[in-house]
Amino acid sequence: MELHLFVNGKEVTTSVPENRRALDFLRKDLGLKSVKEGCGEGECGACTILLDGKAVCSCLLFASDLAGRRVLTLESLGKEGHLHPIQQAFAETGAVQCGFCTPGMILSVKSLLDENPSPDDEAIKKALEGNLCRCTGYVKIIEAVKRAVAIIKSQGLMI
Amino acid sequence: MEKNPLTLIGTQLVRSDASEKVLGAAKYVDDLHFSDTVYLAIRTAEVASGALRSIDISKARGSHGVLAVLTHADIPGENQMGSPVPDYPILLKPGDEIRYVGDYVAFVVAHTREQALRAAEKVTVMVAEKKPVLSLNERIRELQKGGDYVPAVHQKIRKGDSDPKTMFDSCDYVFEGDFFADYQEHAYLETQGMIALYDQDNVMTIYGSMQCPYYVQNGVARALGFPINRIRIIQSVTGGAFGGKEEVPTYFAIPAALAAYHLHRPVKLVLSREEDIQWTSKRHPIKSRYKVGIADYGRLRSIQVEAHADIGGHSTLSPTVLWRSSVHAAGAYEIPNVRVDVYGHYTNKVPSGAYRGFGSPQVFIGIEGIIDDVADHLKKDRLYLRKINALEKGKTTPTGHLLPESVGAKKTLEEVERLSDWERLKERVAQFNREHKHLKRGVGIAHIHYGVALGAMGHALDASGAFVNVLPDGSISVHIGGTEMGQGAKTVIGAIVGEVLQQPMEKIHVYQTDTFFLPDSGPTVASRTTVFSGNAAVLACQELLKTLTALYSTEMAVPPQSVRYTGGVFSNTEGQKPVGFGELAGIALKKNIGLCATGWFQTPRLTWDPENGFGEAYVTYSFASQIVVVEVDCLTAEVVVKEVYTAHDVGKALNPDGVIGQIHGGFVQGMGYALYENLKVNEKGKIVSDNFNTLTIPTIHETPEIFKVSIVEEPFSKGPFGAKGIGEPSLIPTPAAIANAVSDAIGKRVREIPIRKEYLLDLIRTAP
Ligand code: FES
Ligand code: FES
Repeated sequence: MELHLFVNGKEVTTSVPENRRALDFLRKDLGLKSVKEGCGEGECGACTILLDGKAVCSCLLFASDLAGRRVLTLESLGKEGHLHPIQQAFAETGAVQCGFCTPGMILSVKSLLDENPSPDDEAIKKALEGNLCRCTGYVKIIEAVKRAVAIIKSQGLMI
Repeated sequence: MEKNPLTLIGTQLVRSDASEKVLGAAKYVDDLHFSDTVYLAIRTAEVASGALRSIDISKARGSHGVLAVLTHADIPGENQMGSPVPDYPILLKPGDEIRYVGDYVAFVVAHTREQALRAAEKVTVMVAEKKPVLSLNERIRELQKGGDYVPAVHQKIRKGDSDPKTMFDSCDYVFEGDFFADYQEHAYLETQGMIALYDQDNVMTIYGSMQCPYYVQNGVARALGFPINRIRIIQSVTGGAFGGKEEVPTYFAIPAALAAYHLHRPVKLVLSREEDIQWTSKRHPIKSRYKVGIADYGRLRSIQVEAHADIGGHSTLSPTVLWRSSVHAAGAYEIPNVRVDVYGHYTNKVPSGAYRGFGSPQVFIGIEGIIDDVADHLKKDRLYLRKINALEKGKTTPTGHLLPESVGAKKTLEEVERLSDWERLKERVAQFNREHKHLKRGVGIAHIHYGVALGAMGHALDASGAFVNVLPDGSISVHIGGTEMGQGAKTVIGAIVGEVLQQPMEKIHVYQTDTFFLPDSGPTVASRTTVFSGNAAVLACQELLKTLTALYSTEMAVPPQSVRYTGGVFSNTEGQKPVGFGELAGIALKKNIGLCATGWFQTPRLTWDPENGFGEAYVTYSFASQIVVVEVDCLTAEVVVKEVYTAHDVGKALNPDGVIGQIHGGFVQGMGYALYENLKVNEKGKIVSDNFNTLTIPTIHETPEIFKVSIVEEPFSKGPFGAKGIGEPSLIPTPAAIANAVSDAIGKRVREIPIRKEYLLDLIRTAP
């Protein structure tokens, strides 16, 4: 089928098989390898993308579900030497170990902070409850979110 | 040369791989792509026990997109991947015994993974099924009957009077108890995966997610019948391992390599989560019986432990894992009389294997539970009882190892006492319990030791290399034999190199591990990498400094003994004629002087008597103490961990943030084991909780709100800058501490982990 959408700010028109998972479409067809697969069942959050700004599991969607919508993956955030404040906060607080959960985590945090720039602990946990991490025990991830909030505020940034 | 103050070691470091990981640019194995790649699927036996009658691959071969279907006849080398015990054929042939549902029957290669999976289902297998042995109890009964049944593994420790008839004679009190610790799944977030390329130089090159590239190299060489020099293993960025990527990746590298060998095309095999949980090793289920004798108002005098482990269908690493269980079974205490027997039994289930803690968390729940029983019976404080029995410098471990140094055991106990404000904590909890009827809080303590590196039984593998190369622009590349799997090895090794060479982290690049660069450096396990790769890196850097000093001395006409090196600058003793490290590296190039060096570190041989299970078990020990507060809802058996206080003697924290990260992660993983992670195996020997919808691992909601960490530093003279290991000790005390806390909350001894709700409800309801 024909597919028309916006990925990381760029317009994409392509054709995909009807039953192509959004995850495979992004990873394999578009080469966006930051989108990871951890379970394929909507349980781990490694495949999180932002769909019209909302964090969703791309393993549970078909490519066709993305039609006409705005998709954001981690590839669109920051560059080497110019990290996005959330990325900077994750790096500096040690919220990254193996890094496999990290792309999904960061996108979930972005979606949270876009909605709620000063989340309390409960809001942070609620936003990240669908993102599993087996390495960090989440302690430093919570710290990283708070640090990201502080960086964003101190820089007067809008994200 | 004079000593400089430390500038990197012990400071706050940003992980050297943080940037690529937060950008999503790090390449895990499934992110690597080679053109013409084909995909593999594995057809397994699907029955747990029986004899393979026949294999028919004709339908699979004709299936859409299929390029090859490989069976036992297609193995050019040895059809064996079991090591050290050769009980694990790669591919079963007719007549072979099936030992668990995941035994391999055929490998199917196709243009896409979906095609390969579809075709794999079309391989027809005839089996004469047998009733599988699925229960450990069945094996224990067989052993007790005393017939000709011989367990696959038997490890033992004997110290002092170890005769069960007499060893308790001189004790004032004797305590007994049974315990059981079930499976735990590693649940690393990245599943196992491999890519094999058979191309340039006729070399089989394999990229994959793994901890131990040298295991993979040896295993693949054996399967292909190649000399080891034609197998090259490059570890890709690895998304967590926790022991689960120690022996197991070899079992996926071999299929990929075989297919690449036959097809001369890149072959990719990345497991689905279901395949990963079904086929890969787990923490050993262990049943244990403890008998502990006390004298002198609370001193441990005698201990007898009999433990039985379910090793599954193949023995793999079980002899080594269970040796570690035996060494740690009597706990982190001074006890004169010790008798430990740990048995490993085959069943028709997934092979048990390496998992963070390596057979020790399962036995610490026993000894730590009994210690609480002793304290309660004697009406002594539980922390006090641990203190008076704790190991110290000059005391001997339960295997008779006289500890000469680096024993922070007592300090960790004192630290958790301080951190938790122990007396007030107990009072706070008692107060809470007076005010609540159905909600009950409990405090639990655990105190552990952990032998660093492979120890007396793994001595043959306990050496490691590092290769350090200084480039003409002064940048430094480092190759180590240990691997980065998320724990922070690259960062800590970078810091060590930077510290010795007095260069900033930005100038140092630590590469992914590649077997091409270094001799077999053993596995990245047993919390040994900081010590082993770290020491090797120190040796290589010292070699480089010697070369640079000599070069400076000739170039600047300064006598060698007057060369000073501070802050990355060479000079004479007065600080004149300064030449920076980078500049000197440039001069070296022009003068045809090579600036690369290999460091090789080995441990001194340990004195160990394997017959009697006595002696120096490990080169050194890390120590830890932990206090947790839990809240139990006595109506629903819901358990929540509220507070954690934990202290760890790591020798020296080279990267304190990294150490703390390990401690957080280890705790939450241990908490998952203690409370939530029920792995269910059905009556056919299949794991039914094979994805995260049925296997619950901790989410962000379960992370305790109060989490205080103290790092104790009792330097280990043979560790780099005094360091020991932390990877595993971060998890080991947790299951025991939580089991003890829940016991404290409900006033009855919890004897099983994971603490299942039904079990806990029963326990709450039964009279004391
Ligand atoms: S891969 Fe989509 S939630 Fe796990
Ligand atoms: S850092 Fe490894 S899963 Fe989160």
